[in-house]
Amino acid sequence: MADKPNSGTGGNIIKRIWGVMKKPSARFSLGTLMVGGFVAGIIFWGGFNTAMEATNREVFCISCHEMRENVYKEYRDTIHYNNRTGVRATCPDCHVPKEWTYKMLRKIQASNELLHKALGSIDTPEKFEAKRLTLARHVWASMKKTDSRECRNCHDYESMDFTKQGRRAVPRHAKGLTEGKTCIDCHKGIAHSLPAMYEVDPSVVVGGHQAAK
Amino acid sequence: MNKLIALFLALLWCLATPLAWSAGEDAGLKSLGGETDLTQEPKAPELKSWERDRGPIPRNYVQQPPLIPHAIEGYRINKKFNKCLTCHSWANYQEAGATKISQTHFADRDGHVLSNVSARRYFCTQCHVPQVDAPPLVENTFEPVKVLQKQQQ
Repeated sequence: MADKPNSGTGGNIIKRIWGVMKKPSARFSLGTLMVGGFVAGIIFWGGFNTAMEATNREVFCISCHEMRENVYKEYRDTIHYNNRTGVRATCPDCHVPKEWTYKMLRKIQASNELLHKALGSIDTPEKFEAKRLTLARHVWASMKKTDSRECRNCHDYESMDFTKQGRRAVPRHAKGLTEGKTCIDCHKGIAHSLPAMYEVDPSVVVGGHQAAK
Repeated sequence: MNKLIALFLALLWCLATPLAWSAGEDAGLKSLGGETDLTQEPKAPELKSWERDRGPIPRNYVQQPPLIPHAIEGYRINKKFNKCLTCHSWANYQEAGATKISQTHFADRDGHVLSNVSARRYFCTQCHVPQVDAPPLVENTFEPVKVLQKQQQ
């Protein structure tokens, strides 16, 4: 083989790849290509992140009327919306993990929510109430699985000052810790109305049959 | 006859008007809360905060619905869910360390005992209230019966 071309015009696949690596472009130098690629990468990554963080804000979440009319209205009455210090939590603070990998997984999982928005699965109050317990259970289950990771974004159990907590909180927090409970086990319904609790705890609803005459 | 009536009414009006005018100018409004001057804007009382969680508050009379010794801000009671019962129901009170809801709350209006809280006793805050550190508006010398008073050591 007397005349071996160095560029990727001939030869087997390894030779062709080697050719491209050695001289990627006739017009631009390797340095230009690398710097250009670096800058384009930053622009792309920054753009991707900006777009993704834009979906990570309360104003985006409540752009869907399903959220705005139901859970957002309930959240407005709670301490996470409005309190003495003004330190608060909005939708992503509790529902979207902060660590990048978990955040990505949750965002991919959110395509299911887009699907149901398109299907209109909960677009009326009646439909929403019918599914409320199921949806609540999903959130409770995922919080339990992650040991209430999102609660711990702000509330650090190790740093709680028990001398400042009320009479009722101190023994229950201590007991909960020894029993291996996580935040969501007791603090359900902290931000949104609880679903009809009859299935979950029949003692917190009214109505029983006549036990004795 | 009509002239006489008209004269009588005029006389009455002459007597009544100065009295009414004087009553408006000098007299304030007298009430149990003290004398208030209607022409001045009263100072609004300070905002009070709910009392911190504490132990049970002694009752003043036997049938009194016990006062709530802890804050209940944000506690909801609706058809689907009663926040109070998450600690005070018969199923939950031991774990919560709370007072059990009285069995008198299980009877319907005909006296039949139900298996769960009766609808007429379901809305707790119709009778039970938390406390705020506010002075009484009117001086009060009420004392509970001896039976309910704490023993003096």
